[in-house]
Amino acid sequence: MNFPFAPEQASNFAVEYDTLFYLITAFTVLTTLFVFVLCLGLIIKYKRGSGKPEDRRNPMHHNTVIEIASSGGFLSIGLFIFVWGAKMYLDMRQPPANAMEINVIGKRWMWHAQHDNGVRENNELHVPVGVPIKLTMISQDVIHSFYVPQFRVQFMVVPGRYTQMWFTPTKAGKYNLFCAMHCGTQHSEMGGYVYALEPKDFAKWKETGGNRFQPKPELPAAAGKQLYDDFMCGSCHTEKDNQRAPSLYGLYGRQRQFTDGSTMVADHDYIRQSLLAPEGKINKGYESMMQPYSFTEEQILELIEYIKTLGTPVPTQVAGGAQ
Amino acid sequence: MTTHVATEEKNYLQEGHTLASWLLTKDHKRIAILYLISVSFFFFVGSIAAMMVRLELTSPRGTLMSNETYNKAFSAHGVVMVFFFLVVAIPAIFGNFLIPMQIGARDLAFPRLNLLSWYFYMAGGIMFLIAMMSGGVDAGWTFYTPMSSIYSNGQITLALVGAFVVGFSSIFTGVNFIATIHKMRAPGMTWWRLPLFVWGHYATSLIVILGTPVVAITLLLVVFERVAKIGIFSPELGGDPVLFQHMFWFYSHPAVYIMVLPGMAVISEIMACFSRNKVFGYHFVALSSLGIAALSFIVWGHHMFVSSQSMYQGIFFSFTSFLVAVPSAIKVFNWSLTMYKGSVWLASPMIYALGFLGLFTVGGMTGLYLASVGTDVHVTGTYFVVAHFHYVMVGGTLLAFLGALHFWWPKFFGRMYPEGVAKWNAMLVFIGFNLTFLPQFVVGWLGMPRRYHYYYFAPEFQVYHVMSTLGASALAISLIVPAFYLTYSLFKGPKSPPNPWAARGLEWEAAASPPIKHNFHGVPVVVGDVYGYDAEAEELALRGMTKEEA
Ligand code: HEC
Ligand SMILES: [Cu+2]
Ligand SMILES: [Cu+2]
Repeated sequence: MNFPFAPEQASNFAVEYDTLFYLITAFTVLTTLFVFVLCLGLIIKYKRGSGKPEDRRNPMHHNTVIEIASSGGFLSIGLFIFVWGAKMYLDMRQPPANAMEINVIGKRWMWHAQHDNGVRENNELHVPVGVPIKLTMISQDVIHSFYVPQFRVQFMVVPGRYTQMWFTPTKAGKYNLFCAMHCGTQHSEMGGYVYALEPKDFAKWKETGGNRFQPKPELPAAAGKQLYDDFMCGSCHTEKDNQRAPSLYGLYGRQRQFTDGSTMVADHDYIRQSLLAPEGKINKGYESMMQPYSFTEEQILELIEYIKTLGTPVPTQVAGGAQ
Repeated sequence: MTTHVATEEKNYLQEGHTLASWLLTKDHKRIAILYLISVSFFFFVGSIAAMMVRLELTSPRGTLMSNETYNKAFSAHGVVMVFFFLVVAIPAIFGNFLIPMQIGARDLAFPRLNLLSWYFYMAGGIMFLIAMMSGGVDAGWTFYTPMSSIYSNGQITLALVGAFVVGFSSIFTGVNFIATIHKMRAPGMTWWRLPLFVWGHYATSLIVILGTPVVAITLLLVVFERVAKIGIFSPELGGDPVLFQHMFWFYSHPAVYIMVLPGMAVISEIMACFSRNKVFGYHFVALSSLGIAALSFIVWGHHMFVSSQSMYQGIFFSFTSFLVAVPSAIKVFNWSLTMYKGSVWLASPMIYALGFLGLFTVGGMTGLYLASVGTDVHVTGTYFVVAHFHYVMVGGTLLAFLGALHFWWPKFFGRMYPEGVAKWNAMLVFIGFNLTFLPQFVVGWLGMPRRYHYYYFAPEFQVYHVMSTLGASALAISLIVPAFYLTYSLFKGPKSPPNPWAARGLEWEAAASPPIKHNFHGVPVVVGDVYGYDAEAEELALRGMTKEEA
């Protein structure tokens, strides 16, 4: 039987994480030992009726100096840990701009990943070593949590909104992928493995559709275009803003203005909301003409990929049009 | 303090022997006994569920039960232990019995409300038992949406209504304590003469009445969504699933202190009595309970560092969590220093209290890993968290409960238990506990998620699960033993003197054991300082000397 004592270090966060983790461990062990030795010493010295009579005159019932000094000491060590932990968290929450993007859908009880070239995989995730990976995640049902212990990363996968996380694998290997948020009957089996491959192996894997899973015939963006045509979005949305509807060209990442005066940058969540509940935010100068669609999470991600590929909008003079 | 001890009169246990004299009693002491019986029953139910979970986890593929049964077992364990044991046990049993006695009152301010609170507790409890037996609940004690509101089958609605009802029982008790402590203190019982037990319960009651209504409403909203499909938390119905977590933890973090402040209150009493000393830093300990109560309402987000709240919120909640850790840490030093120049008597309540100090220290310190927002990411949702809160809730609250039970047992029933067995058993609790939960820190750090039925994909976890289950078996034995000797003591135990520990405080010095129906003859008048022990004189007396001679 093997006796592992620490999880493997396989991502850019692991070394720093472990340093802080062991530091807190040292603090915990020392404090516990201190309390232990203090109590043991006091018990031995002041045990009732034992040995030589100790000096018990003028018992001390409080000591402001001790109380303030120990509070202050404890608080300063605590704040040091706090600052370091917060810094690490800020790193974890801000993916670098050049990160490779992978979409992840969680559903009871499996993980589904989509690579940018259309390769899909279930309960497995292949990633290249040395490349920052950004996951954009959403759940189709309840809350799940995407957790890779050897990478020291975890984030919840929530229905109704996108969450993201990132990491750079640093070591080729096979690592656990867990769902760490109770999601029902087969919660413990909602997992699989993350395979970190050397970049050239990864390129080959991706090229051949992972050997195991046939890539969908088209790229996600192409599938998105297909949907766009099938549902005749183009009957209202055209290359330019028009009377019926604003143009979707260059929409992604652009500032939007709404009839209620609020503004917002068009991101994943915004576009998703525009499709599922378009009556929520109405673009300034337009009426709520678009019907709500009930796409699957997969389809929505494909449409977003497609909208992202649409070029910059053609400047227009249409009254009330965007910009 | 003045002393009126009469032994000939009927005590509260002898005032009526009919069932009605118990079920319709307005005597706070009898209501405390009703709670003692029912809380022990629920503790037993919760422990059975825990043993099922522990046994199942010895094997990576499980052997005894299906996924559904496993999920129901850990959910039952969580719900029963939190809502029907931890939140209730110390306040409703010991607070109920002792607060009036410690402040020199004849009863709580609202005796009928007190009885009603027990009926609410029972009603909620029975609803949950029915829910458990007629299909069960598999959503865990946290009832996260939209699992609980839309996806989960089973008797969620009934269980939630049960938890809602039992919440009111806490609110009634909290209101009662606050009114009693404000209005019914005996002459001379100033705020700074209140035992720390009373201070701790005062702070707890404040949290209860501010926090419980929020969780009660939250659970009710889940019921609305579940039954009437009103969209509040489910995105499919237009709700926000993370909103539930905010509302839930707004109560449930402070609830951690509802569970542990009464435990701390007990430890203060035991440390003082068995060190024959005033609690070190009495004012600090009293005020820190209030400080903890206030801060506890602005740390809830530390349960949600990876739930998609904004990263700045995460940092804010991390900061406040470090602040709230300080008063608890200092309390541990204060309790330890209470032994300085004292006369340490290692009786069974004291062994539980010392065990509390050790386990609570580990529980508190491991909270730092989780308060630090960066280190939380990897261990949240794993066995690390499970181990952490068991160190606080079991190592803290359960040990304090057992300490209180042994300390005030002669006060409740006027009989003693076999002290030798009790001492050894207290040590077994400590050892069994550590064996159970230390391995869980390691396996959590290795990445074992909580609420996992299977772990065959990570067989290296098994050795820690086996160790944990062995420890849990030792812990189970150490909880069965007192059940036997205490029951024995109830009927056959040697009669205890009125104050077997020579403890200070109105409940010991001014009342019989067991007390008479109205606690005191007349109204006690308090003249001296709280915890007026004199370790030096006692030690000299043990050597047959007085202070003058020495
Ligand atoms: C009946 C005409 C109509 C159709 C068909 C239609 N839309 Fe729209 N859409 C609108 C209008 C009008 C708006 C602006 C009002 C609003 O914000 O709701 C809009 C807004 C949007 C927006 C937000 C754009 C922005 O500038 O902020 C997106 C994204 C969008 N539509 C995508 C789609 C997609 C994808 C389809 C096809 C599945 C589609 N729409 C079909 C009328 C339509
Ligand atoms: Cu899950
Ligand atoms: Cu908390």
